[in-house]
Formats: sequence, C-alpha cells, structure tokens
Amino acid sequence: MRHIISVLLENEAGALSRVAGLFSARGYNIESLTVAPTEDATLSRMTLVTTGDEAIIEQITKQLNKLVDVVKLVDLSEGAHIEREIMMIKVRADQAMRDELKRLADIFRGSIIDVTDVSYTIEMTGDGHKLDAFIRVVDPELIIETVRSGPLGIARGGRRLTL
Amino acid sequence: MELSGAEIVVQALKDEGVEYVWGYPGGAVLHIYDALFNQEHVRHILVRHEQGATHAADGYARATGKVGVVLVTSGPGATNAVTGIATAYMDSIPMVILTGQVPTPVIGSDAFQEVDTVGITRPCVKHNFLVKRVEDLADTIKKAFYIAASGRPGPVVVDIPKDVTDPNIRIPYHYPDKIEMRSYNPVEKGHLGQIRKAVDMMLDAERPVVYTGGGVILGEASEQLTELIRTTGFPITNTLMGLGSFPASDPQFIGMLGMHGTYEANMAMHETDVLIAIGARFDDRVTGKIAHFCPNAKIIHIDVDPASISKTVRVDVPIVGQVRSVLHDMLRVLKEHTRKPDSARLKTWWERINGWRKMDCLSYEQGGGAIKPQYAVETLHKVTRDSDFYLTSDVGQHQMFAAQFYPFEKPRRWINSGGLGTMGFGLPAAMGVQQAFPDAVVACVTGEASIQMCIQELATCKQYNLPIKVVLLNNGYMGMVRQWQEFFYDGRYSHSYVDALPNFKMLAESFGHVGMRIDNPADLEGAYREAFAMKDRLVFMDIIVDPSENVYPMIEAGKGHHEMHLSPHLSSDRELA
Ligand SMILES: Cc1cc2nc3c(=O)[nH]c(=O)nc-3n(C[C@H](O)[C@H](O)[C@H](O)COP(=O)(O)OP(=O)(O)OC[C@H]3O[C@@H](n4cnc5c(N)ncnc54)[C@H](O)[C@@H]3O)c2cc1C
Ligand SMILES: Cc1ncc(C[n+]2csc(CCOP(=O)(O)OP(=O)(O)O)c2C)c(N)n1
Ligand SMILES: [Mg+2]
Repeated sequence: MRHIISVLLENEAGALSRVAGLFSARGYNIESLTVAPTEDATLSRMTLVTTGDEAIIEQITKQLNKLVDVVKLVDLSEGAHIEREIMMIKVRADQAMRDELKRLADIFRGSIIDVTDVSYTIEMTGDGHKLDAFIRVVDPELIIETVRSGPLGIARGGRRLTL
Repeated sequence: MELSGAEIVVQALKDEGVEYVWGYPGGAVLHIYDALFNQEHVRHILVRHEQGATHAADGYARATGKVGVVLVTSGPGATNAVTGIATAYMDSIPMVILTGQVPTPVIGSDAFQEVDTVGITRPCVKHNFLVKRVEDLADTIKKAFYIAASGRPGPVVVDIPKDVTDPNIRIPYHYPDKIEMRSYNPVEKGHLGQIRKAVDMMLDAERPVVYTGGGVILGEASEQLTELIRTTGFPITNTLMGLGSFPASDPQFIGMLGMHGTYEANMAMHETDVLIAIGARFDDRVTGKIAHFCPNAKIIHIDVDPASISKTVRVDVPIVGQVRSVLHDMLRVLKEHTRKPDSARLKTWWERINGWRKMDCLSYEQGGGAIKPQYAVETLHKVTRDSDFYLTSDVGQHQMFAAQFYPFEKPRRWINSGGLGTMGFGLPAAMGVQQAFPDAVVACVTGEASIQMCIQELATCKQYNLPIKVVLLNNGYMGMVRQWQEFFYDGRYSHSYVDALPNFKMLAESFGHVGMRIDNPADLEGAYREAFAMKDRLVFMDIIVDPSENVYPMIEAGKGHHEMHLSPHLSSDRELA
C-alpha cells in the first residue's frame, strides 16, 4: 500500500540525512521525499511517499518518531487529504506542434512558462496521476526533459500538523 | 565564570557528575587534554586503543547504570571507536562519546585526520551532534547526557571541532540543570487500560511464561520483576541480556531461552498460551523461525521503545512505558484484582515444565581427560560465589558456557556483548567494571581468539592497577565458528584454527602481570583459588580446554524452539515436537 507521510522536523543540519539513512539502512521503500522550511524557521516539513504492508508502515512511522530530530508526524493516508505535485516539462515545440501543445497544456491547466524557437516549458500541478496522464499524451519523441517535485500533502478539514 | 571551550568540556563533565573518562589523545583534542591536566575531578584513563576506551566506558555503564564517557581524537581516533559505539548501541547502553574534529573552517576539505564522524556514526548512535559554536557546547553536552540515559538508553556522539575548544576564546559558562527538547519526550508510565487488559489475560492463562530481557536491568526493575514472579507463581526465562534480573537459583527460573537456551525454557515457549515479554526485543537468536515462534500464545509486551513492539513478532497487548513503572502498576492491579492466578492450572503447567527439566539438558561429563569448558565455568562459580563478583565475557562458545553455567543472582553482574557480539569486548569491559568497583572481584571469561582482539589493554590494567582475573578457555579454535563448521559444513574447518598462539603465561608476565597455565581438571580449583587470592594482581589463567566441545542445546538459525539439538550423550539428536 502507498502511504504519504508528513513530518515536522528540527531544521538542523543533518536531519534530512537521518531520515534518508533510516530508509536505506532498514530497507524501506521511498518513492519520493520533499523537504523545505516552514513559516517557523526552526522547523522543516518533509513529505515522503512510501509503500509497504501495514506492519512495515507501522515500523516506518515508529522509527521516524524515534529520530531525535523528528518533532511530529502524520500518516496522511489514514484520513482524507489532498495531494499536489508540481512538474516542469520541456518539450520540443516547432511551429507545426505549437498549437497542439498549447491546447494540451490548457486542457490540463498547465501554463507555458518559457518559450524558445524550438521549445516550450510547461508548468503543471496536480496529483501524480494527472501529471502521469499528461506525460502519456505528449509524444515521447517531443519530451526533452521533465522534473517533478514529488507530492506534497495536507489533511482535509480541521486536522493539522503543527506544533 | 568565563571558560574556554576546552574548559567547558571538562567543567560540564564535572557538573554532570562524571568520575571517569576513557580516552586517547591526538591533535584535535589537545586543548581538551590540556584542560584535563589541571584538575582532579574527572579522572582520565589512558587506554591503548580507542576500541578499548569505548568498551571500558561501556562496561562501566553496564555495571553502574551511569553514563560511560569516552574522549578520542578526530579521524582514526573516531573510527577506532566505532566498533565500541556500535556494540553499545545494539545493547542500548548509555554512553557519551566526545570526538575531536578538524577546525570548522576546514571541515569538508579532506583536512588532516578528517572523517565525517557524524556521518559514520549516524546509524549506530541514538543521536549525534556536531558542535559548531562554543556557545552551544554546554547545552549540547547536557542534551547528550540526557538523551543517552533516558528512554531507551544508547550512545550519543558529540563531535567537537578544534577551534570550538580554543583556549583563547572565553565565554560565560552556564550548565543547565535540566533540558527540555520538544522533539524528544520518552514515555514513563504505561497505559492503565492496557495494563488491566494484560492482567486479565495473565489470570486467564493456563500455560504462562514470563520472558524478560536487558530492559529490566537497564530500567532497574529487578525488584518489581521478582515480586511479579513470586506473586503470580509463573515460570520465568531470561534472554542473554536479561540474566541476573531474576535470581538464577530460584526454582521459578527455567534458564535462558533461545538458540543456546535450556530445553525447558524453549519447550515452555513453544507451548505457552500467554507470553509476557518484558524489556526484551524478540531478537532472532531468541525467536528462531518466526512462523514457529510461540504458536499458541497471546503476547503481552512491555517496552519503553514503541519501535521494539511488533517489530518482528505481532503482539496482542502492547504496553509502552518504563518497565519499572509499568510493573509497579501491574502489581497493584494484580493485588486489587478479585481473581488470583489459578493454582491448579499452574500446578499442571509446572509438572509439565519439571518433566522437561528432568532432561537435564546442560549435563556434560568431565571425566579425567581434558578440562571441559563447562566444568571450568562451574568451578569458577564454586570459587567466586560468595564474593562480590562481576563477570564480563568475550564472544564465542565460552560466552555461552558462562551464560549457561554461571548462575547470576543479581542484575548488572553479567556483562557481555549480545547484540553485536563483539570479540574483544571482555577485557576492556572488565577494566570499566573494576574501575567502578575497586574492591569487587572482576573476572573476564574469554577465548584465545577473542582475547587477542584487545590484548593491548593488559598494559592499561597494569598502569591503573586493575586486578582483573582473565579466565581464558583456550580450545585452540574459534570454537563457535568451528561448531558451525562441524554442524553445517561437514567439518571443513576453514580458517577457524587459531594457529601460532602466543605463550599467554609469558605474555601476561611481560605486561607485568601474573600468568598461569592449567591443563589438568584436578588442578583447576586450586589454581582458581590461588589466582583469586591475589587480590591486587591481574592474573591471566590460560586454561587448556577440550577443543571439540560444543554448546548444547542448539537451535539452528531458522528453526523453531521445539527443534533443538541436544548433547549427543543425552539422546540421539532427536527432534522434539
Ligand atoms: C554467540 C552469541 C549467541 C547468542 N545466543 C543467544 C541465546 O541463545 N539466547 C539469547 O537470549 N540471546 C542470545 N544472544 C544475544 C542476542 O543476540 C541478543 O543480544 C539478545 O537476545 C537480546 O536480548 P534482549 O531481548 O533482552 O534485548 P536487549 O538488547 O537487552 O534490549 C532491551 C529491550 O528492552 C527495552 N528497554 C530498555 N530499557 C527499558 C526500560 N527502562 N523499560 C522498558 N523497556 C526497556 C529496549 O527498548 C529493548 O527493546 C547471543 C549472542 C551471541 C553473541
Ligand atoms: C570482531 C568479531 N569478528 C568475528 C566474529 C565472529 N565470531 C564469533 S565467535 C568467534 C570465535 C571466537 O573464538 P574464541 O574467542 O576462541 O572463543 P570460543 O568460541 O573458542 O570459545 C568468531 C570469529 C565476532 N563475533 N566478532
Ligand atoms: Mg577458542
């Protein structure tokens, strides 16, 4: 099962490598991991996506909680939540293709954020499935480069992960 | 009070109540060594190898319950300490390791004697710190001691760049009494509802077994455990790390369990219907094959570390908390309960257990030939039983024979590396114990292979007058390896013969100690008595034992508790189901 876990951790040098090291040392899967400071400069928020059966996910959350730098965490998959990921995709866009690419980007609510004679760079947000779907509809021959942030997550409604 | 960083380190240790620091100097810690020079509150013990420093501090911590402290230099000093740090980590031993580091401006430049100590030690510490500003030094040391000793204990590394200890930069010193950390709040009390549930389950049990481990010793809960066992009348088995938490001579003690546990303990595990696990972590040497582990049991697990619970074996009633506090509450609930343990059912259960006991699974035959290692340990017990005795061990067959044949009556008396199984642990660990208890009788049981891993510490013993008794069970083989090769590799003894052995008697003498060589069973007791009478000398006893002896019972890795190999003289190697 896929789980998305949000972690508040001390904004200390090395905190990220403790988490990354935990996953590699214990052989847990890690699909994506994003981290950035929060509005409170002493805290970072990490979102990680992992897979495993119930027992493994239980161990993962316990082991994460055990790290001294981890302040709090929540397994967002346990409740209703929203996920968003950002992607920038650079595609070959010669004159013949430009309209078609623009139309496709519009359908997916992407926006073109950089244009050259031969390329478009399209920015798009959504959940992972939407971004996958966009990549599928673009002719693979045209894709020059893609970069994805990995998902961010937040609980729906009143639930929150703060101190 | 204005102090330099180096002085802050020493003053903080003093304020923390540290008596001893085991260490070895080098460039990155010279400022700290200079600050140590001018004071007599913190005693520095100079070892001969940084591994020795970590094991000595570890032995001290295991024997006293206090935090063991180590000071080493950067680079090779830190890497030499890693084995000892990992050893402490695996057995949850509270330690603070201060490592020197290259000055902050050159960190990351492959400077002389630079290694990424925080990176190297990260997977084998409870936590670690790199102190970048002298202003953070006192608070960080406080945090290190707090983290090391609280919750599930463990080693904490504090990496200190040389410029942070600069004697010319002085700042006001304040050592906090207490430190709060929002990200670290170990649990103390167990959930009362869970405790009640556990008690109900225990009262319903027909074939209960209490399985306890190192957590009872770490959590100072022997008294509560003993009361629980007496109150309930239940049988108790200990892990290798739990030996001594309950008196071994008590009839309710059914011996160690696991790979080299007793027949009765392992069979009881196999048949139990309610297992009460206390401060034990379901190690694979204990469980054997998980699919066969306690197939009929409901499991209660008390542990301070939530991550220990349901890690390998699913449990039915988890209780997170300090074992002492949980057992205290459990005893109260038991006493106030309207029901008592069903003595008729227990009687039937004990009859079954006593039947297994009759197998006498540890029996061996000494005879007139070579000294049997079991006999060597039994005789050691005979000679030392009335003294204030501590036994440390190295790793191998001798360790198992000691665990099986030396009945420990009190906690913290049996000191060995269980989780990492570090050869070389025994002698330096004994130094730490003897340093803590100068009047106690401290022996180290070892093998001719293990002892050579930290043999250089004999010089430290000389320098600090540590009258340790080294009990070398010399079988000429890496016996534990040879045993596996005999069982599982058709007797191909690949590189397990310890060739070119030194003359240990002369070796000990060359370090200024007393050496003995004993090869006749008839001489053994007298030799022990002679050695232990030398109260102020280290005596190194090279005891030549039967090279072909194996440790029984044995459960092969990946087998169940009911599939023990027994000593050939007891039966044809039957599989008992
Ligand atoms: C050659 C060799 C052979 C071995 N054979 C055996 C064998 O036959 N049988 C055997 O048992 N072992 C054997 N071992 C040892 C084995 O590898 C493990 O080290 C041992 O079984 C672990 O013991 P434990 O479960 O008591 O855990 P420990 O490592 O002592 O862990 C303690 C547990 O208690 C918890 N705890 C700590 N403090 C507290 C507290 N205050 N309150 C509550 N909980 C707390 C911790 O979180 C942890 O879960 C062998 C080792 C070697 C080297
Ligand atoms: C540092 C280290 N290296 C290797 C091992 C693997 N090992 C476990 S027991 C053992 C043999 C120990 O031999 P000895 O000290 O003579 O003890 P004996 O088993 O003969 O009693 C070895 C090599 C280990 N535990 N530790
Ligand atoms: Mg040997």
